[in-house]
This record gives sequence, C-alpha cells and structure tokens, in this order.
Amino acid sequence: MLASATTNIAIALGASGTGVAILVVLRSRSNRTRTVASPAVETSADDVNVPTVVKTAEATVTPTVREKAGRTRSLFASAFQSIRGRGIDSATWDELEETLLLADIGIGLATRLLDPLRAAVKDGSLRSPDEVIAALREGMTAQLATSDRSLHLDAVGSPNVWLFVGVNGVGKTTTIGKIATAQTAQGTTVLMAAGDTFRAAAAEQLQVWAERSGAAFVRGAEGGDPASVIFDGIQSAAAKGIELVLGDTAGRLQNKSNLMEELKKVRRVADKAEGVVNEVLLVIDATTGQNGLAQAREFAAATDVTGIVLTKLDGSAKGGIVFAIETELGIPVKLVGLGETAVDLIAFDPSEFIAALFE
Amino acid sequence: MFDSLGDRLQGIAKRLRGKGRLTEADVDEVLAEIRTALLEADVNVGVVRDVVARIREQTIGITVSEALDPSQQIIKIVNAELVAMLGGETLKIAYSSIPPTVILMAGLQGSGKTTSAAKLARWFKSQGRQPLLVGADLQRPAAVDQLRTLGAQVGVPVFSEPGDPVNTARRGLEEARRLGKDILIVDTAGRLAIDEEMMQQVADISRAVIPKYTFLVVDAMTGQDAVSVAKAFDERLAIDGVILSKLDGDARGGAALSVKTVIGKPIAFAATGERIDAFEQFHPDRMAGRILGMGDVLTLIEQAEKVFEADQAEETAARMLEGQFTLEDFLEQLQQLKKMGPLSGIMGMLPGMPKEMKDAQVGDDQVKLTEAIIRSMTPHERRSPEIINGSRRTRIAVGSGTQVADVNKLIKQFTEMQKMMKKMGGLAKPQGKQGKGKNKVSTRQAMRELGDMFGGAGGPGGFPGMPGAGGPGQFPPFSK
Repeated sequence: MLASATTNIAIALGASGTGVAILVVLRSRSNRTRTVASPAVETSADDVNVPTVVKTAEATVTPTVREKAGRTRSLFASAFQSIRGRGIDSATWDELEETLLLADIGIGLATRLLDPLRAAVKDGSLRSPDEVIAALREGMTAQLATSDRSLHLDAVGSPNVWLFVGVNGVGKTTTIGKIATAQTAQGTTVLMAAGDTFRAAAAEQLQVWAERSGAAFVRGAEGGDPASVIFDGIQSAAAKGIELVLGDTAGRLQNKSNLMEELKKVRRVADKAEGVVNEVLLVIDATTGQNGLAQAREFAAATDVTGIVLTKLDGSAKGGIVFAIETELGIPVKLVGLGETAVDLIAFDPSEFIAALFE
Repeated sequence: MFDSLGDRLQGIAKRLRGKGRLTEADVDEVLAEIRTALLEADVNVGVVRDVVARIREQTIGITVSEALDPSQQIIKIVNAELVAMLGGETLKIAYSSIPPTVILMAGLQGSGKTTSAAKLARWFKSQGRQPLLVGADLQRPAAVDQLRTLGAQVGVPVFSEPGDPVNTARRGLEEARRLGKDILIVDTAGRLAIDEEMMQQVADISRAVIPKYTFLVVDAMTGQDAVSVAKAFDERLAIDGVILSKLDGDARGGAALSVKTVIGKPIAFAATGERIDAFEQFHPDRMAGRILGMGDVLTLIEQAEKVFEADQAEETAARMLEGQFTLEDFLEQLQQLKKMGPLSGIMGMLPGMPKEMKDAQVGDDQVKLTEAIIRSMTPHERRSPEIINGSRRTRIAVGSGTQVADVNKLIKQFTEMQKMMKKMGGLAKPQGKQGKGKNKVSTRQAMRELGDMFGGAGGPGGFPGMPGAGGPGQFPPFSK
C-alpha cells in the first residue's frame, strides 16, 4: 500500500517535473550572478617592485616523461613480465585489458586495441607474447600518430592569444605561469589576463607567476566579467606591442551550461579584440578518469579547443584518457606537465609517453 | 555521454523475458554490461573484478519472478551489493573531549582541499560549533589568500603565517586554544602521493596537531589512480574519511566506491556545487544508483515523500490528464518542486529522463522568472490564459520585470504542454474515468506514454523500473 502510494507520488512528480522542465529548458538562459561589470585594473611587472625573474630554466635540465612518469612504471612492466613468462592464454587478454584499463584508457578503446590482436593470434600472424606486446605498442602509437602538436605563435603585428580552459583544479593557472616563464625566457613578450574572476585569490595566484616570469599582467575585480578582462588584456597587449596574451579562465564543470555559455562569450569577445586567438588549450589532469572525454567534448563544443595540456603526469596516474580524447575527438595533446617548477612543462612526445607506459 | 546501464539492459531484458530460470550464459551477458558500466564509472579494475564475481555467485540459478524482469533482478542484486560496499551509514562526527577537535585536510593538487576546508568550516558552524581555519598550504601561490577570502565568506577566522607549514599548523592549534575555538581545520598543500619529501611534511603536520579526523579530499572525476592515491595517503596519515569533491559534475564517481573498498574508510562528506553551502554529509545508499547510471529513484521518492502530499499530487495529476491543468496548478507545483532542492538535481534523479533534458541546465533562476510571470497575472488570466491579449501581455511583462517575448513564450509553451497532457489523458482514459484507485493506473500508464515519447519511437521506453500496466507499484531495482 505504502509502496504504491509513493510510486504515485513519484509519478505525479515526474509528470509535473517533466512539464516544468519543458517550460523551463526552453526559456532563454539567464546568467549566474557572476557578472558585476567593473573596469579592469592594470598593473605590469614593471610597476610593481618585483624580484628579478628566477632563471631556473637555464639551470635545470628539461625533464622527460620517461624519467618523471617512470617512477611508477611497474604497472605495465609487471603485467608484461607475467604475460611473457606464461605464453598466450585466456588470462593474457584479461591481464592486458586490465593493464590498459588501469591506465585510464577506457574499456571502449581497450577493446578496440585488443580485438585485432586477438584475431591475429588466432590466425597465427602473432605467435609469442613478445609479438603481442610489440603489436599493442604499435597499435597505441598509431592512435597518436598524426597530429599537429605545435603551438601557434604566428600572428604578426597583433598579439597572439592563447586561452586556457578546463574543469576546476586541473592546473590552468600554473600552466599559464610555466608557459609565461618559458616564453619570456625565449624573448617573447607576454601578458597574462586574469580571466578567473570567480575563484577566490585566483588573480593573486596568477600575479605571482607574472612577477616571477616578468610578464605584464591585467586583472579585473573579483566577481567581474571575465570576457572583459580578456578583452582588456588583448587590447592592452596590442597597444604595447606585446606578442603573446595568455588568458586564464575560471575552472568550470562542463555540465554547467550557464558557465559554458559564459565561456563561449569569453571566446567570442576575445575574437573581437585586436589579436588572433590561435590556441585554446584544454587543461586535463592526468588523474582524470573517463569523464575526461565528456570534458573534452563539451569544452571543444563551447570554444573550439585546439589542443590538450596534460598536467600532473609526474604522479602515479598514467593519463590514458588522452588516447580516447585524441582518437575520438581529434584534439591533439600538445603539452605535458611534469611537476611544479617552471621547467616542468614540456612538449608532448607520443613515443616518450608510450615508452613511459611500456618500459 | 555513456548509454545508461538501464538503456543497455533493455535489449537483453526483452530476450530474457519469459524465461523461467537464468542460465550461466544469460548471467554472463548481463554481467558483462554491468562490468562495462562500472568501468565507465571509473570503478577500479580490481574492485570491479571482485564485485562481478560476487554478483555472479548470487545470480546463477535465480528464479525469475513475476514482478521483475531478469535484468532488473540482477540490477537489484548489484545495487544491494554496491550499497553494502559503499558502507551503510553516514559518518557521525565525534568531538574531542578536550577542544579543539582537530581536522586535517589532505589530498592531491587541485582536488579541492581549500574549498572543502571552508565548506567544512561552514558545516561545523551550522552545527553550532566555532571553527578556526589554518592555512598551511604555503606552497601554491595565493592559497592562503584564497582561504582567507573563503573564510570571510563563511564567517570563520583564518590563521596563517609564512614560513614552515608544520610550524604554522602548530601555531594554529595554539591560536585555537587561545581563542577558545572548538574546531580546528588545517588546510595543507596538495601533494603527489609519490613525493616522498612532501608526504613526510604532511605526516609531520599530522604529528604536530594530532588530528581527530584526517580527511582525504578526492575529486569525483578521478580515474583508476584513486586507489593508489588513497592507499598511499592512508599508509602515511591513517585516513579517517574521504571528502568527495566536484560531485556536481557529470562524472559517475566510481572513485568513491574504489576508495571506500580499498582503504575501508567511509566517504564522510560530498561537495555538490560551487556554492559554499553546497556541501553535505554523504549518503552511501544514494551513490550506488549514480555509479550504475540508473538514476537515483530512491532519493527522489524520499524527497517526494517529504514534500508532496499524496492526495494533492494525485488530484493534480488527474486534472492534468483531463486537460484542466491551469497556470495556477502549475505555479503550485513549481513551488513544491522548489522545496525539493535545485531542479537540476531533481532532473538528474529521474531515471529514463531523456538525455538532452538531463544535460540541459534547469536553472532555478528560470523557475523564479516563470513564477514572477505567473504571479503577475490575475487569477482569471491564470485559469484562462487564452484571454491574455496584447495589453495584458505588456502589463504582465512590466509587472514581472520581463519582456513581452518571455510572457509569450511561457504562454505558448504552457498551451503546448496542456495539449500534450490532454493527449496523454485521452490515451489513459479507457481505464480511469472515475475513482481514485483507477486514477493511479491511468497516471502510471500516461507516464509510460510520456516516457516513450521522449525515449523516441521504439527506443528504450522511458522509466526503467516502471512495472508493467497494472503491476504492483514499486521500483524494483531499488526497493530494499
């Protein structure tokens, strides 16, 4: 009796809920109360009394994925060892699959990688475990084969604009800091625009990086309109002849459509300023699981993402989700973050990345 | 996003229907889908292996009951298993006999420690406690600034000083004693579990403040690595519980299950939104449906029970189907719905809700606007919207602070909805002309129609767990 009563409630509720949704979803969207317009305040590293740039870049050798991610490499290595010691049997496939899954490659791609190998073993073209492992490596390498991984800095006469987007806590601000350090060290003039006006002290965090790297810095008020901060940043860079604008944005979960609309606006407004938006980099944390694919899809839809920055690869996570992102969505991985210092951001090299998994 | 498990099992269920007993092959087929669902939810591979094995034992040879189709029966078993694994009860905070009760926050970079620390402080405050926050993240630039800003937002003081994090934490404890605070929450820098030096530092902080609770903050989007991270932190710090952050995203949060299983510590709190009050104690029983991608019907019913009065709901549903549903009824429902919490949350809980609708943001602001427009109408207008002419529209728009176009849109959509409801009512008529008991049947049937409409022709019709026409009113997979 009680059960059927509750069912009825739920149904009635379902019916009304659906009705509400029909009405509400179709209504034009309103913005979240993040938008208090305020003029951007401008400071630059020259105005503030800043200690000179820490030139760690020259002192330290650039790390490699193999060194940094290799610290926890036992995952593939130990699985392969047991496979090699046994010959190919049904457990081989389970082990290979589990190994791929543990690297967050995802069940879909793992199946697509292993099915052809299974067929090849059946028809005799692959015989030993070593051959299977080598074929798997080839298959994975092929997944990441054809991509333009260069960062575009080719606008002349007006600033190049790189925007950074992603969910909360992936390391957007830190990535910008590292890029600014690398670019200024190469002699490129850089301006940072603190478009994360939402998170408390995000602008301060970026400003510290601006001071460290000697980049110019533009910020708005906390809670201000991010699009206008980015716009002001680009205009300011254009006026001063600065070559590269790095635009930070607030972290947002990709299922919050009002925030994704806000991001679309940032992109639109940035396009209107006197610069060329030639990179929109989606920052993805290497610990991210299968949700990374949804992130890439939604951010790409909102802002035409041109590349992925895979951060925190120096931890125990393998970052396998980028395989799925690159193959399914065609977005190339361009940079890899391997630590907290400025030199720990390097160009993505697929063969290094795969070697780090296999060796 | 992924197809929900419910959708995928529909096909299998159809074939199995009518079978008296499940064979091993049948069970394998269903279990393969469940395994995929768990893996797509980022449940750890090893944990998945164990769950699937345990479920297999329970399912082989089960007799198919009349009420449930075989896949539903298996889902019921899976759900029960996941709930059991996630832990039966919410964590009860025990306070130290000698205040302050010290809480240490630890986790990877970007997992949400600082935000969670402030949210936790607010939660303790709402429990009548007096917390002090300590910013011992001296690593990330401006982390302490962030904590201070958040602390100001929740009205909790923040202590920090530059230098050594261990010393800062120790001084924070002294400060809490001096100020007579009964809760001390220590925020620490994010660190990699494999960074020996940093792990030693947080262990030192722990030794300096001797926390009553050490919470590991875990991002709900974390993949397979969640297990190694949790293990490493637990070995070093003896974790007491987990705070699951960013649960308002669309990740299915399998990490929660993995962490709970591997270190055996409860998920204590979950962050359910960016707002500082979007933070609650974790309800393990509700997480299972989410990980399975089945929609949290249980929560929905519970919330509905709290808010809706049965008779009223039934009456409204009946009127709706008769096509007598007015803007006044609609307004009333909006208000009741609002009591149940943010609309997007409710939408997410409805199983079988078409994906576009689930993904669409149902903003509470929009509800507010709709309410304002209806409130600016006269009672007569609410009952007969057809009389709303141009000048009335202008008046309503001015009165509600909206545009005439908004008013038009609302009226148009309402009329369309009314038409649809009428159509459904017509479909359901043969069975439910009069009498409350029969209304139940017609309502249920109409909902199935509605589900089918959204599910698309021949698609996975709507609300899984909805019993066949006239069947007993239960949600099989979730009845406990």
